[in-house]
Amino acid sequence: MNNDTLIPYIGVVTDIRQDTPDVKTFRVVSPEGQKVFEHMPGQCAMLSIPGVGEAMFSITSSPTNKEFMEFSIKKCGCLTNWLHAMDVGQQITIRGPYGNYFPVETELKGKDLLFIAGGIGLAPLRSVINYVRDNRANYGNVQIVYGSRSKDDLVDYQEIIDEWLKDDGIEVNLTIDNAQEGWDGHVGFVPTYVKELAPSTSKTVLVCGPPIMIKFTLEGLKELGFKETQVYTTMELRMKCGVGKCGRCNIGNKYVCKDGPVFRYDELGELPDEY
Amino acid sequence: MLKISKDRITEIFNTVAESKSLYLPVNREDGQAEFKKYENGMVLSENLNTLRSAKDFFFPQTENLVDFKMEGKNIEVIDVREECEDFVIFGVRACDARSFTILDKVFLADPVDSYYKNRRDHGTIVTMACTRPSETCFCGSFGIDATEPEGDAVCYTDGSSYFFKANTEKGEAFINSVSSLLEDGDTAELEKVQAKTKEILAKLPLSNLSTDSFGGEKLNELFKSEKWAELSEACLGCGTCTFVCPTCQCYDIKDFNTGNGIKRFRCWDSCMYSDFTKMAHGNPRLSQVERFRQRFMHKLVYFPANNNGEFGCVGCGRCLSRCPVSMNIVKVMKALEEK
Repeated sequence: MNNDTLIPYIGVVTDIRQDTPDVKTFRVVSPEGQKVFEHMPGQCAMLSIPGVGEAMFSITSSPTNKEFMEFSIKKCGCLTNWLHAMDVGQQITIRGPYGNYFPVETELKGKDLLFIAGGIGLAPLRSVINYVRDNRANYGNVQIVYGSRSKDDLVDYQEIIDEWLKDDGIEVNLTIDNAQEGWDGHVGFVPTYVKELAPSTSKTVLVCGPPIMIKFTLEGLKELGFKETQVYTTMELRMKCGVGKCGRCNIGNKYVCKDGPVFRYDELGELPDEY
Repeated sequence: MLKISKDRITEIFNTVAESKSLYLPVNREDGQAEFKKYENGMVLSENLNTLRSAKDFFFPQTENLVDFKMEGKNIEVIDVREECEDFVIFGVRACDARSFTILDKVFLADPVDSYYKNRRDHGTIVTMACTRPSETCFCGSFGIDATEPEGDAVCYTDGSSYFFKANTEKGEAFINSVSSLLEDGDTAELEKVQAKTKEILAKLPLSNLSTDSFGGEKLNELFKSEKWAELSEACLGCGTCTFVCPTCQCYDIKDFNTGNGIKRFRCWDSCMYSDFTKMAHGNPRLSQVERFRQRFMHKLVYFPANNNGEFGCVGCGRCLSRCPVSMNIVKVMKALEEK
C-alpha cells in the first residue's frame, strides 16, 4: 500500500534552546541524522508524542538550512507542556510539510520587505527572514519590526543580535510592551510602533502574531497607504489531518491546513469573518 | 433484463456469500433496518432505508490508523494497514449511493486517503431502486433519481421479481457471479412500477424543495443572514444529524494507550460540538449559532464552491426523522430562501 500522510516519520530532538520563559526551540532530524523532509518558508508540520497528542507547528528554520529543522514552540497546552519537559535525544513523530508558503520565489522576489511580528509570531517569519538572508541578491532592503511583552519574551533574541543586526541592508526595530530595566530600546505596542516608523509603502509586508496585533497592524498599514494586495499573513485554526479532509480548519471554502496558512490580506477579506 | 423471482433472492445471497462478505439491510427486533453481514437465513429488509447510512463501509465510525511502541526515548511506528478483502453491499439506496461519490471527492482528492481507498477499491455496491419513497425524502432536489440509482450494479423490483443491471466492471462481475441463477425477464411490469414511483416522487411533500438560493456564489450573503440565530436556537449540539448523515465526513484523530503500546485511531467528529475548533488560544466558533451555521454552510455553499456546484446533501431525510428538536436542512433551506 502507498504511503499515507497520516502515518508519521520519526524525528529525533537533537537540541533544545530555551528562548523565552515559555518558548523553546527544538532542533529535529531523522534517526539517520538527516532532515526529515524539505519545506518552503511558512509551511507547517504535525508533531506528536504518541499517547499525548498531535498538533500543527510552523517550521521556524529556513529551507536553506540543509542540516535540520527547527520548531519554536510556546508552552500552552497538554502536548506543548510535554514537549517542553523532554530532553535531548527524545524521539517524536513528525509529518508534513503541510500548507502553502510565502511566495518567496514569485511575488516577493526583488521586493523591499517589511516583516512585522509579535511574540511567538516570529516563528513562521524567521523561516522567511533567513531564507531571504541566504538568498540576499534576490530581494531588496529588509526591515523587521518585532515586539513582545518584555525583553525576555523576544524569541530568537540572540540570533537577532548576533546575526540579523550585523547584516547589510537589514534594519531591525525591536519593541517591548512595557519599559523595564536593562532595556533602552523602543517601548510600545507593535501596531503603534509601525505607524511611528512609517515605512515606505513600496514595501511588501509579512505580518504574524496574535490575532489582535494583526488586526490593529493591518488597520495601521492601511492608514499609511498600504494596499491589501501588499500584505501577507498567516492564520491558525485547530487541525487534525493537515490535508483538508478532517474538516476542522474549514473557513468558507478554504481549509487553512492546505489552502493556507499563508493568505494575502485581500484573500482573507473574501473569507467569512470566523477566525 | 436479467431477473430472479423474489422468493429466490436468498439463493443470490448464498451464492455471493460463498466467496465474499456480503452486507445487506436486515430488520432489527425494533423494526429498524441496519446493514448486517449476511448469514444463511437472514431476510432482506423491506424498509425504505437503514437507520445509519452506508458510509461506515468506507469510512467507519472508528478505525485504527497506526500503532506506536514507546521505549525510553524511542518510538517505533507500526503500519497496521492490511489489504481489505473483496465485499459486496447489497440494497444501498440511491441517496446513499450518491453519498459515496461525495465522500470520494474528499477522501480520494490528493493526497489520497489510503484507508478509505482500500475499502472503496474492494467494495462492490449493488443499489436498490426505490419503489416506496417516504415523505422525508428529497433526493430529487439534488438531482438524484431514486428509480435509477448509481452503483456498480442496480437491482430493481416490480413486486414479484428482482431485475439486475450492471453500471461498472465490478457490477458486471457481480452479475456474472450469480448469472446461473438469473433468467431473461420481461420488464413491462417493472416499467409500470417505475412510472408509478416517479409519480409518487413528484408528489412528495418536499419534491418542490429548491437549491436555487444556494451554491458557492452565495457565500457572503448566506453567511451574514440574520436567520442563523433563530434557526439554531433550539439546537442541542448533540451531533445526531452529523452521525446519521451519509455525507458528513469530519473526523478526529486520537491516541489510546493500550498498556502495551499506543493505538492512533480516527473517529467521526461533529462540527456541532463545542470543542471541535477549540484551540489553546481560544475558539473561533463560540456559540451554537456559529457551529450550526458551519454545518449547513458547508453542505450548501462551501462544498459546492469547491466541487463544481455539487451539493453536500443527498436528501436521504435521516436528519429530518432523527433530530430531537425537529430542526433539519429542509427547514434551513426554506427559511434562508425566503427573502
